[in-house]
Amino acid sequence: MLCKRIIPCLDVKDGRVVKGTNFVNLVDAGSPIELAARYSNESADELVFLDITASAEKRKTLVHLVEEVAKVLRIPFTVGGGISELDDIDALLKAGADKVSLNSAIVKNPNLISEAARQFGSQAIVAAIDVKHTGNEYKVFIKGGREETDLIGIEWCKQAAELGAGEILLTSMDKDGTKSGYDIKFLKELTSAVTIPVIASGGAGKKEDFLEAFNEADVDACLAASLFHYNILPIKELKEYLDASGVIVRI
Amino acid sequence: MIAVINYGAGNVASVANALAELKQDYIITDNEFEICDANKVIFPGVGEASFAVKQLHKLNLFTVLRIVKKPMLGICLGLQLMADFSEEGNVTCLGIFPGRSIKFDNKLVKVPHMGWNSMEIVKDSKLFNGIKNGERFYFAHSYYLPETEYTTALSNNNVKFTAAMEKNNYYGVQFHPEKSGDAGLQLIKNFVML
Repeated sequence: MLCKRIIPCLDVKDGRVVKGTNFVNLVDAGSPIELAARYSNESADELVFLDITASAEKRKTLVHLVEEVAKVLRIPFTVGGGISELDDIDALLKAGADKVSLNSAIVKNPNLISEAARQFGSQAIVAAIDVKHTGNEYKVFIKGGREETDLIGIEWCKQAAELGAGEILLTSMDKDGTKSGYDIKFLKELTSAVTIPVIASGGAGKKEDFLEAFNEADVDACLAASLFHYNILPIKELKEYLDASGVIVRI
Repeated sequence: MIAVINYGAGNVASVANALAELKQDYIITDNEFEICDANKVIFPGVGEASFAVKQLHKLNLFTVLRIVKKPMLGICLGLQLMADFSEEGNVTCLGIFPGRSIKFDNKLVKVPHMGWNSMEIVKDSKLFNGIKNGERFYFAHSYYLPETEYTTALSNNNVKFTAAMEKNNYYGVQFHPEKSGDAGLQLIKNFVML
């Protein structure tokens, strides 16, 4: 049977990890390579690198980072953050990334999903969608949550799936950073509305939150950042808990 | 020397990285003479089947892959392209193995089949040396090859499908050994040692 996945997320800037510098047990907390190796040893199932570099050299540094990470990492990884062109996707996949996650660019140009899926395969294209509860509905936000769009969360997720995205990485902005659990209500609606895998993001604070997302919302993977970064919840401990609770995970 | 086929439809970087870790000499190539000169051939593949077959024809590699006598390992789409036919784009493939690749039913399971799944060994293979039955590997695909007489391992995604197969000098794995941690690296090592 297919395992449920646990995915640590690393924020990188100018080729260095920017979160996690307070992590005490790391020799070089700023090295994506070392963090990647550590997570891989701790039985993470995949990694996500979110690039927040704003410089003109962005693409070059990101491609270089992917090349270096791919040399040492023997598990799949996704790269996201400001990717907007087919050429960028091509360069990142050729450098050794397994998937790219697309966010603001596909809101502006939904056809980028279908073009990228046709060229690289759906399995390489992750639609990263940020939603926030406003009024009576969930609206889609872009540019790292700074800009509200007219799109309704669930509708945009369905459209992204129909256009050929291979997965949805759903971040609840209401939950992000609160450590109060994933947005089960929205995720539940989402997993019944689409037939592609869903990755839950935003809100993880304890082991039970993961179990709830897998059992109640039927998500396929759970993503978290600080919880793993600062070793508040070691991945091994989380997986043993999930395994004992009847969730199929790779230990 | 191991030839890694580069036909614009595969993540060759990760395969090359795995070979480098195993300290193997390899060449990334789309040249049929270099393929014929190699001791072994790795045929990776991601993406869409009919596009990939078109690329093989365009690069004049279709025939050489059918007649190569060296050990050849197809990975993911590479495995599917070694069968008779793929319903992804309805395309005739290399025909080394019998069978047609068909799509998972998204009414029954989520598609793509993405993540770590276990492999049930049904026939002995040198590829599985040091790998335990039930070991987990990383998969990322929407189409699959049903079980054939050459299937050596099965996986289950609501339906059982070919996870690995073998016929003479030809080998195929549906999962990505280059992305499957230590067990995956062991499998590549086993292929290299054939």
